[in-house]
Amino acid sequence: MSATLDQLAAPTAGPTAANARFDALDALESEAIHIFREVAGEFDRPVILFSGGKDSTLLVHLAVKAFAPAAVPFSLLHVDTGHNYPEVIDFRDSLVEKLGLRLVVAHVQDWIDDGRLVERPDGTRNPLQTVPLLDSINANRFDAVFGGGRRDEERARAKERIISLRDGFGRWDPRKQRPELWNLYNGRHAPGEHVRVFPISNWTELDVWRYIQRENIELPAIYYSHQREVFRRDGMWLAEGPWGGPRVGEALELKTVRYRTVGDGSCTGAVESTATTLDEVIAEVTASRLTERGATRADDRLSEAAMEDRKREGYF
Amino acid sequence: MPDPALGEGSAGATPQPAEAPPRELLRFATAGSVDDGKSTLVGRLLYDTKSVLADQIEAVQRASVDKGLSTPDLSLLVDGLRAEREQGITIDVAYRYFSTPRREFVLADTPGHVQYTRNTVTGASTAELAVLLVDARYGVVEQTRRHAAVLALLRVPRLVLAVNKIDLVDYDEAVCTAIAKDFNELTTALGYPAERVITIPLSALVGDNVVEASANTPWYSGPTLLQHLESVPVGSPDADAPLRIPVQYVIRPRTAEYPDYRGYAGQVAAGTVRPGQRVLVLPEGLSSTVTSVDTADGQLAEAGAGRSVTVLLADDLDVARGSVIVDAEHPPTVTDQLETTVCWLSEQPLRPGARLLLKHGTRVTQAIIGALHDRLDTDTLTLSTPERLEINDIGRVSIRTADPLPVDDYADSRATGSFLLIDPPTGNTLAAGLVGTPLVPLLED
Repeated sequence: MSATLDQLAAPTAGPTAANARFDALDALESEAIHIFREVAGEFDRPVILFSGGKDSTLLVHLAVKAFAPAAVPFSLLHVDTGHNYPEVIDFRDSLVEKLGLRLVVAHVQDWIDDGRLVERPDGTRNPLQTVPLLDSINANRFDAVFGGGRRDEERARAKERIISLRDGFGRWDPRKQRPELWNLYNGRHAPGEHVRVFPISNWTELDVWRYIQRENIELPAIYYSHQREVFRRDGMWLAEGPWGGPRVGEALELKTVRYRTVGDGSCTGAVESTATTLDEVIAEVTASRLTERGATRADDRLSEAAMEDRKREGYF
Repeated sequence: MPDPALGEGSAGATPQPAEAPPRELLRFATAGSVDDGKSTLVGRLLYDTKSVLADQIEAVQRASVDKGLSTPDLSLLVDGLRAEREQGITIDVAYRYFSTPRREFVLADTPGHVQYTRNTVTGASTAELAVLLVDARYGVVEQTRRHAAVLALLRVPRLVLAVNKIDLVDYDEAVCTAIAKDFNELTTALGYPAERVITIPLSALVGDNVVEASANTPWYSGPTLLQHLESVPVGSPDADAPLRIPVQYVIRPRTAEYPDYRGYAGQVAAGTVRPGQRVLVLPEGLSSTVTSVDTADGQLAEAGAGRSVTVLLADDLDVARGSVIVDAEHPPTVTDQLETTVCWLSEQPLRPGARLLLKHGTRVTQAIIGALHDRLDTDTLTLSTPERLEINDIGRVSIRTADPLPVDDYADSRATGSFLLIDPPTGNTLAAGLVGTPLVPLLED
């Protein structure tokens, strides 16, 4: 019933009998495909933010389905903090090659090297992504930027539009959002402005995992249980890496872990988990008492309005 | 009582086998006035379905303590923006998600007091059901009538009247019966058949009849709010209307494998599409036959409202974005003169003669506003002849468009009877528009 990305290119012959099925995942998939097609029809230079993480991999999968058997009419953009897990970068590159898409990579390191950005004392580079993102949008004249943000992730995101206008500085003004009526999206913008587009706004974390299972979507291995040397900081298990750590007093321990989100290594924690299959991951997500951002993202803990503040500045 | 799908140690922790019945999606909206306890009801639904997780509850508890409150303020779960928390108000529609093993719910939570028309119209435009709250002590008030009128205008298929704070009237059956009678008279006047309206006595604060049936209301034998949400029919209200597919994009791979493939990509807005079906392409007026209904997963024998498909036609036609593929037997009207009802959402007033952009389906065209005929006063539900429409006004407006549009009456098809009015210089959305003039029945209460 489902197909991998490789098989999606060609509609298979013969009408199927499974047409009656139109469940919650089908409704969410159709909504996302509708959004991709609206943007393809109304914008000149759309781009998909693609990190190799599960949400952006899902976006690419949906984009392939929206335009099959033709190619996806967008490029991909990755704002690379340099604080990555190598298996995620390998995965990113192999998927891009397999689909024959164009990938633009903005290396945060380049902005630090030429002085446009300064490394933060705490070593985290997540907040540093905003400037390279906005510079890359301007340099490439991207007018619509797809992101994998979901409204269930965080309460400032719960008020985000599906197509959301950003001014010439990339800023989000929550009080000046356009009302979004029916499925009539209004993407009009002036030169220099752009829109952010969130096709999976209405998906929950569990929907994402169920759909990944149904569609048999390949993900980087770090989403599944593995052994890793980690240390404890701010209540999270962080891995050793170029982002610094362990510091004095932080001891490395070998743990059986997996990642629920993939971001900058300095602020993305692993969770202790034995889930090695999608069934086990779904069971674990279902039973979890913490949201994925609350469990694993130090960047959202900075203040009560941390996400709102970053979004206002032009963050994803 | 249904098992919560999310949460610690719940029965939902076991993944469903592939053979489980399909989990359906219900989109609904809530509306209510300032102090009727809507945030508490939404918080209660999320909390009792274990959709609020520990870190979110802890964040609310921390913030409540910071504000000097003795009990957690569940509205903080809902009010996401800094300005909202600082001012203690809800500014904007917020979307909430919860699920049970049977269904997933997308809840558009619409604030009642700031820009109520804008927010109610936005929430109602995608809702299959709306929950209207009243305070049991006050019953159906002016704002209830106003909200019900907007929900009826937007053709939300089902209404629930939640008679909240039933504990504060000592669970008195007579109070609930009297409120239900008032509400049924109102909704009958607005055109709702009785089977699409239900009144549920509940207490969001205590939890009576929200998720679990309450022992305090032995006289009430109906479903709890969640039971009702889990059992009402779901699906597009336009499922049984004639076929309409606005073309979004033309798919032409031009590869060695697909040298001549030409598919029209779009979401079925109304009705059902099948191979062999006779169709018209409007406004061009071309006729053809559907040869295939494609998806990335294969061809379909039929596709209903809401499904995104790619349609192949027998004839080589000049079809582009903005065209609409329709049932040849039941085509819409193609016209450049529209009689419409407009919900005005902008601070800048609407005057006759205004030159605006109009987005209908996948087409954007220029529009000139003609006469303003009626303005509905949503406070008194009376009509007047306006010189202009101000923010939150609903009015009957004649519009002339540069291109002819294939339109249905909004009462017959939400998807092809709706449009946006857009300000050309700023691109802002100024109004939600409905084809047709359904204002008059709103006044018969």
